[in-house]
Amino acid sequence: MNAKTLEFKLPALAENIETATVTKVLVSVGDAVAVDQPVLEIETDKAAAEVPSSVSGTITELLVNEGDTVKVGAVVFRATGQDAAPAPKADAPVAAEVPAEPARPAEMPAPVEPDSAGPAPAPKRSGAPGVAAPSVRRLARELGVDLSEVTGSGADGRITADDVKAHAAGAGAAEAGASGPGESRTTSVESLPDFARWGEIERQPMSAIRRRTAENMARAWATVPHVTQFDKADVTELERLRKEHGKKVEAAGGKLTVTAVIVKVLASALKKSPQFNASVDVAANEVVFKKYYNVGVAVDTERGLLVPVIRDVDTKNVTQIAVELGALAERARNRKLTLDEMQGGTFTVSNLGGIGGTGFTPIVNAPEVAILGVSRSQVEAVFVEGGVEPRTMLPLSLSYDHRVIDGADGARFLRWVVEALEQPFLATLEG
Amino acid sequence: MRRKVKDTMSDEANSTRIAIIGAGPGGYAAAFRAADLGMRVTLIDLEANPGGVCLHRGCIPSKVLLHVAKVMNDARDAVHWGVSFAPPEIDFDRLRASKAEVVEKMTSGLGQLSRARKIAFVRGRASFQDSTVLRVTADDGAEQVIETDYTIIASGSRPAWLPDMYLESPRLLNSTSALQMADIPGSLLVVGGGYIGLELGMVYATMGSDVTVVEMTQGLLPGADPDLAAILSRRMEELMHSIRPNTKVTAMTEVEQGIEVMLQSGDGEAVPEVFDKVLVSIGRKPNSSGLGLDSTKVEVTDDGFIRVDEHRRTTDPRIFAIGDVVGQPMLAHKASHEGRVAAEVIGGANSAFEPLAIPAVVFTDPEVAWCGLTEAEAKRDGTKVNVARFPWGASGRAATLHRSDGLTKVITDPDTDRVLGMGIVGTGAGELIAEGVLAIEMGAVASDIGLSIHAHPTLSETIMETADLIFGQGTHVYRPRAGH
Ligand SMILES: Cc1cc2nc3c(=O)[nH]c(=O)nc-3n(C[C@H](O)[C@H](O)[C@H](O)COP(=O)(O)OP(=O)(O)OC[C@H]3O[C@@H](n4cnc5c(N)ncnc54)[C@H](O)[C@@H]3O)c2cc1C
Repeated sequence: MNAKTLEFKLPALAENIETATVTKVLVSVGDAVAVDQPVLEIETDKAAAEVPSSVSGTITELLVNEGDTVKVGAVVFRATGQDAAPAPKADAPVAAEVPAEPARPAEMPAPVEPDSAGPAPAPKRSGAPGVAAPSVRRLARELGVDLSEVTGSGADGRITADDVKAHAAGAGAAEAGASGPGESRTTSVESLPDFARWGEIERQPMSAIRRRTAENMARAWATVPHVTQFDKADVTELERLRKEHGKKVEAAGGKLTVTAVIVKVLASALKKSPQFNASVDVAANEVVFKKYYNVGVAVDTERGLLVPVIRDVDTKNVTQIAVELGALAERARNRKLTLDEMQGGTFTVSNLGGIGGTGFTPIVNAPEVAILGVSRSQVEAVFVEGGVEPRTMLPLSLSYDHRVIDGADGARFLRWVVEALEQPFLATLEG
Repeated sequence: MRRKVKDTMSDEANSTRIAIIGAGPGGYAAAFRAADLGMRVTLIDLEANPGGVCLHRGCIPSKVLLHVAKVMNDARDAVHWGVSFAPPEIDFDRLRASKAEVVEKMTSGLGQLSRARKIAFVRGRASFQDSTVLRVTADDGAEQVIETDYTIIASGSRPAWLPDMYLESPRLLNSTSALQMADIPGSLLVVGGGYIGLELGMVYATMGSDVTVVEMTQGLLPGADPDLAAILSRRMEELMHSIRPNTKVTAMTEVEQGIEVMLQSGDGEAVPEVFDKVLVSIGRKPNSSGLGLDSTKVEVTDDGFIRVDEHRRTTDPRIFAIGDVVGQPMLAHKASHEGRVAAEVIGGANSAFEPLAIPAVVFTDPEVAWCGLTEAEAKRDGTKVNVARFPWGASGRAATLHRSDGLTKVITDPDTDRVLGMGIVGTGAGELIAEGVLAIEMGAVASDIGLSIHAHPTLSETIMETADLIFGQGTHVYRPRAGH
């Protein structure tokens, strides 16, 4: 086996993700790397993740720095190693082999000529979708717009200044320039007062997750007519069962949480009420009903809100869901979630009960059409058959997209969820 | 747009201190932009005035000499029209003085522009004490410490020497001493057939030297497409004593009559030859040592280039680098553009160095110019392209000039017809290439050029006709139908 120069390029991370911000470089020049060894921590619009190497060898050249925005396919590092890189799997990082001694065509300068040696990146020239004139490219940078996300309105997809402005306006308040060395950014749509006039301030760049959350929330808030329906479930019995069976689930490696039970109940509720497992296609004037049931669970992490998705909850039992939920939450907090694990949700649950509160109005995780908020359960005095009994009551709030869900349906859906929590048998009977 | 950048950052830029090491086309462009954005700028250079290599001992003096050479060649060629002049008499003192006047006028003008902008110009050699502290040593040994928020390194490059073949001799020239034109040697060997060697070789050949050019690779002008270089080679062969590709120098010794050079052609035996003078023009090396970069986090490649990102920021967040010291192409206009980008980024704008095309011009006669993708690069990278060529034999304007030694070529994307590259050889090619750069930057397709009316009779029409040829036929060229 010959020593070869291997290139490790930023692999395709997920559909529609073309760039990622490097938050941490885990290796340096001279390090030996092995296949599957994490080499970068990145943040994309949608997630923070670790990128494992697909090559093994000794790093000779590292081409990315922390803070860089790197395109999918860009070379991350070069290494010398044996040409034993495993055949790349689909979606797995791809290693391109380049001969250690590049063949020099006749036209190329001789080695004594530094002409061949410049590290300045060769300007990319061809093919890239969306032709944009230099002034438009600069405008995009000023407005913090990634041109690869802009659809050009001109002939052959040419991107005009107006396209860039429209895109920036659409992204709402979340849009901001990449941080320059002075950590400053261009002004956003609305200019702010000079806060420093009234006291000390500190500015911090928004992380990619924060920016994406801001964009999504603003868009959902602006486009989805929200209604929030409140209800309370008597979970006294459920709590008893939860304690009783908790050990079994623990043995399986999970924790029997209220959230896990709710996710299972939702599987049945969504099957029963398909309009809650749908999306609105405004352009086509159609409602898209999904025949799969993937429930996202909002997880509060150090770096912001992440929503890992538990797939096909209708085919899993509560124990399986509890185990999977525990693992996903753990991965979210350790920044190990892959983009795939955060895509494809059809409904979202946000449980803030661990923190407290009596109720809140969650914002629909568009393009989904509904979200269930869970607050802290409390023992309340409840009138039961003429007497007063201490019952554990769980406050629930369901926000939904009023374009496709009517008020009565919303109330019915939440009632059903409440009843299923109160009488677990119902879910198996009707769901 | 420019105004916008300025508006959004002037407030905070006001307090920013920025030091720039080197006042070449990169450094002074950065300094001027930074000052215009309201920053407090210190510009440091070894010379009394800004200008760097380009103005003091590069682009500008060489272009004066090349202009004179062109006047002489045009005068000689006028015999074709029945007009003949007496052989030229050259007053070399006057020639050197006029050249110096041009340099003096340009550099002192830059000095004035920099004073008008309230830039502190410090003369001396700068090095880093740490990322934000510079020490500047003047010629007389006086030292000055400059504290700064950001530094832009624009220290440029210097001529490379043949490894292990340095002679302490006035007969051995580099581009700097060759431009001084101490005399016109009877015979001159130019080592290296790149643009600097060919430009200077052409000057000396026109002024009367027997010039021999040796080039290690297969043809002249490594980097340019061979079909363009071939047309220049033909003219060079007439003007010069000999041009020898695939030839390298293996040894040099000073002998009584000159410098004895061992020349090895291909795999053959090295043969000695004696020349009055030898000009070494094998490329340039970045000035990255001696700057005290060890005291910073700046990283340098094995070839000595400073590593930078698209904003021209080095691996040290307080330090930027631009121009020849960061890599190819080592050209003045690339350095200036980078300088403006770096200044704007420091001012808080999200500017980046992201050209789609950088023009390269060789100011020989005929000139050779290209930009964007070359055919050779496309071949090397396996990029599918369409290439159309328009030989200047079919150009009316070229005929009126009796300069049909030219070729225009356009390289396009076969799927979209987008212009990816352009190459021109011929008189005036350096001016013509601007259209190619604009076409590429604007994302023009071949028919955008073909449908734009070009004045007749001009050489620019060749570009319009070449663009038409992408689709098969141009007005003045007939191509029998065949696939390409
Ligand atoms: C003969 C010749 C002809 C050329 N013709 C052309 C042409 O026609 N077109 C073209 O585009 N390019 C041409 N070039 C190339 C062009 O000159 C360079 O690309 C250009 O000058 C690079 O600019 P720069 O700002 O990077 O550095 P430079 O112009 O090299 O300037 C760097 C400056 O930094 C100073 N400096 C270095 N270190 C220190 C330090 N430690 N402290 C203080 N000061 C320091 C140097 O003294 C110098 O003044 C030519 C070059 C040569 C040699």
